[in-house]
Amino acid sequence: MIKKFLYSQKVAPYVFVLPFIFVFIFFWVYPLGSSFSMSFQKIQLGQEASWIGFSNYEKLMGDGVFLKAVTNSAVYMVLTLAVLIPFPMLFAVLINNKFMWGRDFFKSSFFFPALTSVVVAGTIFRLMFGEMEGSLINSVLGWFGIGPVKFLKGQVTGFVALVSLATWRWTGVNMLYFLAGLKNIPDEYYEAASMDGASSFQKLTRITMPLLKPTTIYVLTISIYAGLAMFIESMMLWNGNNSPKNIGLTIVGYLYRQGIEKNNLGYAAAVGIVLLAITMIINLAQLAFSGMFKKED
Amino acid sequence: MKQRWFIVLVAMSMTLMLFGCGQSPQSTGGDSTVLDAGAGEGATELSYWTFVELHGQHFEKMLGKWNEANQDRQIKLNVTVMPYDDMHNKLSIAVQTGVGAPDIADIELGKFPDFLAGTPQLEPLNDVIDPYRGTIVKSRVDLYSKGGQNYGVPTHVGASVAFYNTEILEQAGVDYKTIETWEDFKQAGIKVYEATGKYMGTADTSATWQASMLLAQQGSDFTDEAGKPVVNSEAMAKGMAILKDLQDNNVIATVAGGQPDTEEAYGEFNAGNYATAFMPLWQMSRYTNYMKDLSGKIAIAPIPVIEKGMPRSVGGGGTGTVVTKTAKDVQLAKDFLAFAKLSLDANKEIWNTLGFDPVNMDVWEMQDVTHDPDNQFVRYFQNNPFDVLNEIKSEIQLIKSTSATPTINNVLCTITFNEIFEDGKDIKEALDAAQAQIEQELK
Repeated sequence: MIKKFLYSQKVAPYVFVLPFIFVFIFFWVYPLGSSFSMSFQKIQLGQEASWIGFSNYEKLMGDGVFLKAVTNSAVYMVLTLAVLIPFPMLFAVLINNKFMWGRDFFKSSFFFPALTSVVVAGTIFRLMFGEMEGSLINSVLGWFGIGPVKFLKGQVTGFVALVSLATWRWTGVNMLYFLAGLKNIPDEYYEAASMDGASSFQKLTRITMPLLKPTTIYVLTISIYAGLAMFIESMMLWNGNNSPKNIGLTIVGYLYRQGIEKNNLGYAAAVGIVLLAITMIINLAQLAFSGMFKKED
Repeated sequence: MKQRWFIVLVAMSMTLMLFGCGQSPQSTGGDSTVLDAGAGEGATELSYWTFVELHGQHFEKMLGKWNEANQDRQIKLNVTVMPYDDMHNKLSIAVQTGVGAPDIADIELGKFPDFLAGTPQLEPLNDVIDPYRGTIVKSRVDLYSKGGQNYGVPTHVGASVAFYNTEILEQAGVDYKTIETWEDFKQAGIKVYEATGKYMGTADTSATWQASMLLAQQGSDFTDEAGKPVVNSEAMAKGMAILKDLQDNNVIATVAGGQPDTEEAYGEFNAGNYATAFMPLWQMSRYTNYMKDLSGKIAIAPIPVIEKGMPRSVGGGGTGTVVTKTAKDVQLAKDFLAFAKLSLDANKEIWNTLGFDPVNMDVWEMQDVTHDPDNQFVRYFQNNPFDVLNEIKSEIQLIKSTSATPTINNVLCTITFNEIFEDGKDIKEALDAAQAQIEQELK
């Protein structure tokens, strides 16, 4: 009976998707529903929770620090998109080129930073961008006669450090996505283009980029999410969740500050729901705009 | 056959995935060491979390004495040291959920109010503090109390003093003993900068030590009588104006790390780039541990005041050691804690090992203890710390710790001080913005 059940062609697919369904329900649907209801309550661990309606959201709207966190996350996301899509794509095209020398070496050296713990990487970047004269970046600037810069105390310079860290860490990963995408483009297209007299640039813009679109959209979608949900990089770079003037505070950092550091879980849940809403709106808009919801012809 | 195995594998991995998420509550992620200090087989093992490695050394000494004197109630202490934020966050979650908390823990003054919110999940310690109440500074115990119940045992008074690098001052022909007011300090600082190109002191952006000193001198505080925040008071504006004026005259400058008690700043001080640190007395242990090059060059003196006659010190920082509600032997933990931190012996060791100014002020006058020529702190500093402490003994003010304190500290140390000293924002504007932000967050 069991054998018949397990070997049934109708049942088998459900058995295989079951782990995903379980994970989805336990680690996504349930916490989400729970956060949603928490966001309407005043909750302090160890104390009785009470319903307070929209108070948490009203408070959020007038909260300057939250606004700062949202702005920081949004700017970080845009900057990482601007760097982490074109460059990895370019590197992938270069590495994929038949005439490229030392292909495997470049592939692995670009990918290597992704294997490094973000804690270690963040700490090293903090030391590199230190404000003392002897720190790495300041010594280099010193060779060109530029005085020491307080990188981690300024908004722009702080983001230079933050985006450098993201670039160093994620270029290789995105490059691999693009390499996988490039493998799906048949060589015949390029051969045909060559016979028609197309230049390399034309081949890149007319063949490679349009055919890489599904990969690009995938990388874009995960990068939007990763940009908005960034937390540990900032925490490591500033050695804690409190950066000067909150220049490195992100939405998740603010959620952590309210929920864990200040034990204000209801308010933190509201921050989480707003983060989810922002991510969903941006991603759905982006997917709709790029035509991903249209039925394929 | 293969298929069947595959199904079994899928089912197993699903089960593991669902049940494999639970983590042992004992896995704390910090550095753990079990101190047995001569404890026998039947000893009770108590766990202790701290964010200051040195505190463990003190407990180790007192543990040996306890185990010798209490053969039937011996203790092994499992000490876990974690970074400051990490430890407080983990402890907060552990005590409030009632899962995974240690028996004994250190909680820093600035974080303590968070642990007193609602019904504290900490054991009241009144009964074990009572026998020592007459011998220790009352205000330091009151800091860790709520509704007449004492929840934390203090470690020190934390009297603020000035640490002067006399080598730099001598190069500029300045005698630190003549500095009594901030105006004197300014004139000395101008001389130092002109003669050596070095700064007299720091403009702190990531700590409230200096602000507390200037408020205490004026009999003011970050909060009013009712505990409501008032960070845009006239006293605060005056204090900030004094510091800003010093910065504008190259007497003080911001320091890497934001304040003297940070790793980057230890390096700056050790290299002789700043001549003065205004800090609570416990900064001494940072000198002996992290600024060894300055041995024999640092003199301790009262901090300058706005006008002569104003109180010259304020208690700064502090750690309340607590017993959690989930401790496996509450009475044993409480008795040991009082023994290890409040007994006369403990107070002597707090000075000997940690270099703190003990809360039993009788120790301050014990010449054999305070002037012991073998003591590392006596050897390191030019003058004896207790000569200064006894001089300012009656002038040590207190800055209240209220439920608003963690928020006040956070806003001032992340935003306001940076705006004033790094960006040169108008003091009144910066303080008004801080007040508005704090009120918003406390709504």
